[in-house]
Amino acid sequence: MRKFFENSKQAILITLTMFVLCGFIYPFAVTALAQGLFHHKANGSLIETDGEAVGSELIGQAFTAPEYFWGRVSSVNYNVYMKEDTIPDEKGRVNYSGVSSGTFNYAPSNPELKKRIEADIEKFLLANPSVKRQDIPADLMTASGSGLDPHISVKAAEIQVERIAQASGLSKDEIEKIIEANTEKRSLGIFGESKVNFLMANLDMMKKMEGKEAHQ
Amino acid sequence: MWQIAIVLIIYLPIVILTGHYLFRVTMQQKTWLDPIMDRFDAVIYKLSGIKQVDMTGKQYVLSLILSNAFMVFIGYILLRIQAMLFLNPNNIDNMEATLSFNTIISFMTNTNLQHYSGESGLSYLSQMLIIIFMMFTSAATGYAACMAFCRRLVAKTDTIGNFFIDFVRVITRVLMPLSIVVAIILVSQGSPQTLSANQTVQTIEGKVQDIALGPVASLESIKHIGTNGGGFNGANSTTPFENPTVISNIVEMLSMMLLPGACVVAFSLMVAHRKEKTIFGKQGLSIFVAMSVLFLVGLVTVYVAERAGNPIISELGISQELGSMEGKEMRFGVAQSALFTTVTTAFTTGSVNNMHDTLTPLGGLIPMFNMMLNVVFGGKGVGLMNMMMYVLLTIFIACLMIGRTPQFLGKKIEEKEMKLIALCILIHPAIILLFSALAVTTTAGVAGITNPGAHGLSQVLYEFASASANNGSGFEGLADNSTFWNVTTGLAMFFGRYLTIIIQLAIASLLAKKMFHSDSVGTLKTDNTIFTFLLVAIVLMIGALTFLPALALGPITEHLQLYLHSA
Repeated sequence: MRKFFENSKQAILITLTMFVLCGFIYPFAVTALAQGLFHHKANGSLIETDGEAVGSELIGQAFTAPEYFWGRVSSVNYNVYMKEDTIPDEKGRVNYSGVSSGTFNYAPSNPELKKRIEADIEKFLLANPSVKRQDIPADLMTASGSGLDPHISVKAAEIQVERIAQASGLSKDEIEKIIEANTEKRSLGIFGESKVNFLMANLDMMKKMEGKEAHQ
Repeated sequence: MWQIAIVLIIYLPIVILTGHYLFRVTMQQKTWLDPIMDRFDAVIYKLSGIKQVDMTGKQYVLSLILSNAFMVFIGYILLRIQAMLFLNPNNIDNMEATLSFNTIISFMTNTNLQHYSGESGLSYLSQMLIIIFMMFTSAATGYAACMAFCRRLVAKTDTIGNFFIDFVRVITRVLMPLSIVVAIILVSQGSPQTLSANQTVQTIEGKVQDIALGPVASLESIKHIGTNGGGFNGANSTTPFENPTVISNIVEMLSMMLLPGACVVAFSLMVAHRKEKTIFGKQGLSIFVAMSVLFLVGLVTVYVAERAGNPIISELGISQELGSMEGKEMRFGVAQSALFTTVTTAFTTGSVNNMHDTLTPLGGLIPMFNMMLNVVFGGKGVGLMNMMMYVLLTIFIACLMIGRTPQFLGKKIEEKEMKLIALCILIHPAIILLFSALAVTTTAGVAGITNPGAHGLSQVLYEFASASANNGSGFEGLADNSTFWNVTTGLAMFFGRYLTIIIQLAIASLLAKKMFHSDSVGTLKTDNTIFTFLLVAIVLMIGALTFLPALALGPITEHLQLYLHSA
């Protein structure tokens, strides 16, 4: 019995010691190191234009205007919303209930998946009449795992050039250059996939368009 | 394909190196960290009143359970009152009772099944004080149990090693230094590490976006090194902040593969230690190779299945050149996702870099099967113990066939041990299949299913396989935050963890007390290729016999429907 109490005492004390070491000292030490070494990244890689944060380099955003690159399907709409989306309707539901992440979790056999993709293809073809159905890469019509994916495939960016050129007044050449500037090749030439960061590309688009307006 | 091979090639040398280091830490041999760490540990021992005395098997298990019980107690109370405490800049509310029960069991058992979403369910304080704390302590508990088990297999006495010492040494000398290094690498790739509140930004289209921040990197590193798997955010390692680049993806995969593999290497050195110095002991190597064979078969299957894409999407006429992309991230693509999926379920971590519910039927079958077997490397420490059950079973069956006395490392395997081994191997499938049966026959269970047809059964099977194997990944569509799912999976995790550990240490104690017999010509060799082959066959046979009927009704049916429908 004495042994049991001895053991319990040690168990309680070791719990409390580790509580302080692992729960407090460790995360605070890593925070201090991270803030000192990589200040920008440790705070979310935020992008600022004119002193205002407009997004994060690593998190995608929902784009709907025809002059911008559109991203992948997101079940959480990239946590992008309007002020009125947070006000409850008559039934007490809100369109945006707070920051989250995730996907639709549709199984490959789920009929809802087919319905959603078909509807998105129709919508895309309507907005991009020059694009052929078989040229649409699947990444653009499928939902990302996080709902925050900042990337699309290079092909998915290229098939949008025609529409963007018409809506923005920029030449196709200028848009191709923006795609190229924002393309991230496979790491070391082998790892991952080649991809375009469409938020960064859209920020370049905005700057180009503003520059053109100021010129005229 | 090359990118997968290269990751596996990098893995081999570092797992052997880490195994040697782990062996030294376990056997209290000299390492170059000693001058600093000895003093550091001495302070901890003094604060906690720990003395360097050897424990019997019974005392060891008792200390393990007592300390885990106190951790559960403190953690549960904190979750229930988190809204009132400090470091809660996003004003998160207290957690509900059954969800708190599930969460606390989940993290203490190294499972990390999450029925809440991190962004909206936990304050920063809870993320640090409960989640990070338990990620360290549950990993250290599993490792301590494994080393106690291995020591008893090679020792001639049952009074050996001290739980508290093992527990402290692995945290201060292995888990914490590694976690700090990996956390900084992850920050360098873009994971945030800050205590300030979430950001709200103005988008260039005139809308607003919320960006969830927090001390992500410090949680992310121990999440993988301790084979825990619970994410800071709801979507786990798919989110760009938890896993920003391909480099971070590879670092996270190597982190979770490192220690389960190193445990096998350390065990091999303990066995070989009695005779000679070596890089990788033969006995451990035969087990390592058996695990690797099972791993590679699974990996290739997932890769091929995901690369082929979804026939229903092909039917819609768009290009599936990149493979099945639903639920995957563009920066990883099919190859990095398939590897991550296989690693996280084989090494029983449970973090995900793509959503497993959206995997093709065969691509989803492999992670499920990995967790059902629970021996393909397995979680930190406990995976090796599970595999040892199969090793002992294989020896027993093989010796029966050739008419010899079953013997492992000089100890005879007799009736008492065999009964416990059989019990231990049966607990895991019993938990999965009985709870799944309960779920599909009750309305409360069926209410959680969100995908129609055969995939609905897969969701249920996956959830309980994940809970019992202490994995923690999920077919996340399952609406699992209900009283039914919180309580049943909580129990599955609890029994899957502690019953197994208790029985396994009991077996080790029995063997430790036995007479040592030197190997003779008549002894079955357990460190050659034939034995490895036998071991793989026995694992697959037991796995197939137990789970094939359930798998046939779930993923296999879905696969046939998908392809017959589109043919």
